[in-house]
Amino acid sequence: MGLVSRGAAEAGRGAASAVDRPGPPDAVPNPTPTPPAEGADPGSSRSPGMVLKAFFPTCCASADSGLLVGRWVPEQSSAVVLAVVHFPFIPIQVKELLAQVQQASQVGVTVLGTWCHRRQEPEESLGHFLEGLGAIFSHRPWFQLCRERGSKSWSCKATHWQGPASPAASGEDQVMLIFYDQRKVLLSQLHPPTALPDRQAGDTTASAGGLAAVFDTVARSEALFQSDRFDEGPVRLSHWQSEGMEASILVELAKWAAGPVCLFLACLLSLISAASACRVFKLWPLSFIWSKLSTCEQLRHRLEQLTLIFSTRKAESPAQLMRKDLIGQLADALIPVADRVAEELQHLLQWLMGAPAGLKMNRALDQVLGRFFLYHIHLWISYIHLMSPFIERILWHVGLSACLGLTVALSILSDIIALLTFHIYCFYVYGARLYCLKIHGLSSLWRLFRGKKWNVLRQRVDSCSYDLDQLFIGTLLFTILVFLLPTTALYYLVFTLLRLLVVAVQGLIHLLVDLINSLPLYSLGLRLCRPYRLAAGVKFRVLEHETGRPLRLLMQINPLPYSRVVHTYRLPTCGCHPKHSWGSLCRKLFFGELIYPWRQRGNKQD
Amino acid sequence: MEDEQSFSDICGGRLALQRRFYSPSCLEFCLSCPRITLRSLTAVTCTVWLAAYGLFTLCENTMILSAAIFITLLGLLGYLHFVKIDHETLLIIDSLGIQMTSSYASGKESTTFIEMGQVNDVVINEAIYMQKVIYYLCILLKDPVEPHGISQVVPLFQSAKPRLDCLIEVYRSCQDILAHQKATSTSP
Repeated sequence: MGLVSRGAAEAGRGAASAVDRPGPPDAVPNPTPTPPAEGADPGSSRSPGMVLKAFFPTCCASADSGLLVGRWVPEQSSAVVLAVVHFPFIPIQVKELLAQVQQASQVGVTVLGTWCHRRQEPEESLGHFLEGLGAIFSHRPWFQLCRERGSKSWSCKATHWQGPASPAASGEDQVMLIFYDQRKVLLSQLHPPTALPDRQAGDTTASAGGLAAVFDTVARSEALFQSDRFDEGPVRLSHWQSEGMEASILVELAKWAAGPVCLFLACLLSLISAASACRVFKLWPLSFIWSKLSTCEQLRHRLEQLTLIFSTRKAESPAQLMRKDLIGQLADALIPVADRVAEELQHLLQWLMGAPAGLKMNRALDQVLGRFFLYHIHLWISYIHLMSPFIERILWHVGLSACLGLTVALSILSDIIALLTFHIYCFYVYGARLYCLKIHGLSSLWRLFRGKKWNVLRQRVDSCSYDLDQLFIGTLLFTILVFLLPTTALYYLVFTLLRLLVVAVQGLIHLLVDLINSLPLYSLGLRLCRPYRLAAGVKFRVLEHETGRPLRLLMQINPLPYSRVVHTYRLPTCGCHPKHSWGSLCRKLFFGELIYPWRQRGNKQD
Repeated sequence: MEDEQSFSDICGGRLALQRRFYSPSCLEFCLSCPRITLRSLTAVTCTVWLAAYGLFTLCENTMILSAAIFITLLGLLGYLHFVKIDHETLLIIDSLGIQMTSSYASGKESTTFIEMGQVNDVVINEAIYMQKVIYYLCILLKDPVEPHGISQVVPLFQSAKPRLDCLIEVYRSCQDILAHQKATSTSP
C-alpha cells in the first residue's frame, strides 16, 4: 500500500513538473524526478529523459479496459501493442495463450501493461488492482494507458519498479503515443530506399530499422489475431478483426472452385505443350520457320506464362471485335497495298535503270540488274494474286489466336509485314552478295597490284612475286571491277536502305511487345486500388496536443510512387539486346556482309 | 505554441516561417513560398494566346485557337499540381526521425521520412547555383558500411530556398534536438 501511494505521489509530481516547464526549445526538460536506482533491472536500456514510444492500434482506442499485449523492442525503446485482453481473465490462461502465439510466430509477445477506458479518472481500488497486475506479469517498463470515455485526452505512464521488496521509488519515463492502422500495416510490404544486405528468411531478431521492426512484428503475429472477443475461448482479445471479420461469400466460393479449375487447365496446357514438343515440328524446314516467325515465339512465351499463372489474360482481346466484315475489309485492303508496294518498287528500279540522281551508270550492267529484279517483282505480284482468294480465310484463322492478347496480335502484324516485304529481303540479299563479292575481289586484286598476297595459313598479308601474265589479267580485272563499282554500290545502297526501314518497323513492334510483356499489371493495379499494400515508408501527423498530456502521433503508410513500382516489379523480358554495336554494324554494311536482326528469344547461343 | 516570422528567399521573395513547438522532443517548421502572382499568370496567358492568334492569321484554321485554350488550361492545371509548391514542412521527432513534406498548390502532398538511426547530422552547406553562391540546409545520412562515413546528402527546403538567417533558426533547433537525442541514446 505504501509503495503504491508513493508511486502515485511520484507520478503526480512528475506530471506537475512537466506542466510547469513547457520550456523554451533549447532547454532540455527532465521530468523524471528520481534518478535510476542502482542495480537496475536487466533487459531495459533506460536513461533519464528518454522518451519511450508506444505504437497503439487505432482499432483498440475504443475497446474496453484490459491488458495490453504486444512486443517490446529494447533497441528502439518502443512497445508495439498488438491486442487488448479484456476482463475477466485468468492470468495462467493468458500466459498460456501468449506462449502458444510465441511458439507459432517466433515473435516475443508479452503483456506490456494495462489499458483503462473509463468515464472518469480511475478510482483508488481500480488503481490498486491495475498496479497489482503489474506484480503478476513482470515486464519492465510497465505501461499504464488511460483514456477518458468520450474525450480526446489520454494519459500514459511507463514505470520501472524494483518489486515489492525494496521500497525504493519507481522511475518514470515520458511516453509518446503513435497510432497505426493495424490492418494496413499487417498487409503492407515495406520497400527500403537503399539496398540493404539480404537477411535470412528465418531470422527471428528484429530487422534493421525501427519502423521495419514494427511492420515485421505486426505481420508475423497472425496467430494472435485468430480469436476475438466475441469468441467463446478462455481469453477475449480485441484487435483489428474485432471490427468485423473480413469475409466474402463470392471469394470463398471462388477459392473452393479454384482448385479443380486450376487442375483442369493445367492438364489442358500440358497436353498442348506435349503436342507442340512432338517430333514432327522439329524437322528442319518447320523448325527453321518456327524460330523465325515472331508469332510462334510469342505463342510459346504465352504458353509458358499460362502454365505458370492462370491470370495473365490481357484486358484487350481484339479478336472479339473482329467481325466477319472487318476481316473481309482487311483482306481486301491487303492486296492493293501489296500491289502498291510492288508498283513503287518497279518505279524505283526504272529510276535506277535511267540516270539516278544525275549519276551515269554502266548501261549494260544496269540493264541486267534492273531486268533481273523486275522479273522478281513480276513473280511476286503473280504469287500475291494467286493467293488472294485464300487470304481472307487465313487471316480469320490467324486472327483467332489474337484472343491470347494484344502482344500476339502485334507479333502477327510483325510477321505479316515480314511476309509482305519478303521480296525486299530477297533483293537485299542479292545486292549484298554481289557487292560483297565485288569488294572481296577488289581487295584481293588491289593486293596483287601492290605485289602482295593474303596468306590463309598465317592469316596475314605476305609479299609474293607474280608472273607477268598473272599481273596483266589481274590488272584488267581490277579495272573492270573498279568501273562497275558505282552501279553495284548504288543498287546495294538502295536495297539496304529499304531493308533497314523494314527492320526498323519490325524492331519497333518488338520493342512494344517487350514493353507490354514486362509491364507488371498486377502491381500497378494494386498500387492503384490498395495503395497501402506497397509502402515506400511512413508519414507522421501530430494530433491535438495539450500540455501535460503525452504527445500523440498518427502513423500512416506512404505508398510507393508508380515509377518505383514498375522498376521494382518489372517482369523479366525475353528480348535480347542486338548483338552488334554501332561500329560493327557500320563495318558490316560497308563490306556487304549480311545483317541478321532476328531476336532469338529463349535461345542461349547467339 | 506557435510563432511566425518573415524572411526572404534568395531571389528576394517573401517567405513566412511558422514554428510549432509541440513538446521538447517534437518540433515543426513550416515555410511558405511566395504565391503565384496575377501578373505572371496574365503575362503567360497573353503570350500563348497572341502566338495562337498569330498562327491563326497565317493558317486560317480555328482548331489552333481551341488548341491554345486547351493548352493553357491543361498547362495551368499541370503546373499547379506538379510544379508549384505552396509550403514545405519539416517535422523533427526525437528518437523517431525527420519528416519533410512538400505541399503543392493543388493540395497534393509528397512526404519523405528519414529514421533517426540513419541521420548522421544536419548541417548548412554552400553551393554554387547558376551565378550565385547560396546556403542550404541538408541532412547527412549514415553509411551502413562505414560507421562514420556519409552515404547521402538530402537537401531541405529546395523550393523555398531561404536565406542564411532563416536557415540558422532552423539549424539551431534541429541541433538542440539532435544533441538531446544523441545524449539519451549513447548513455547506457
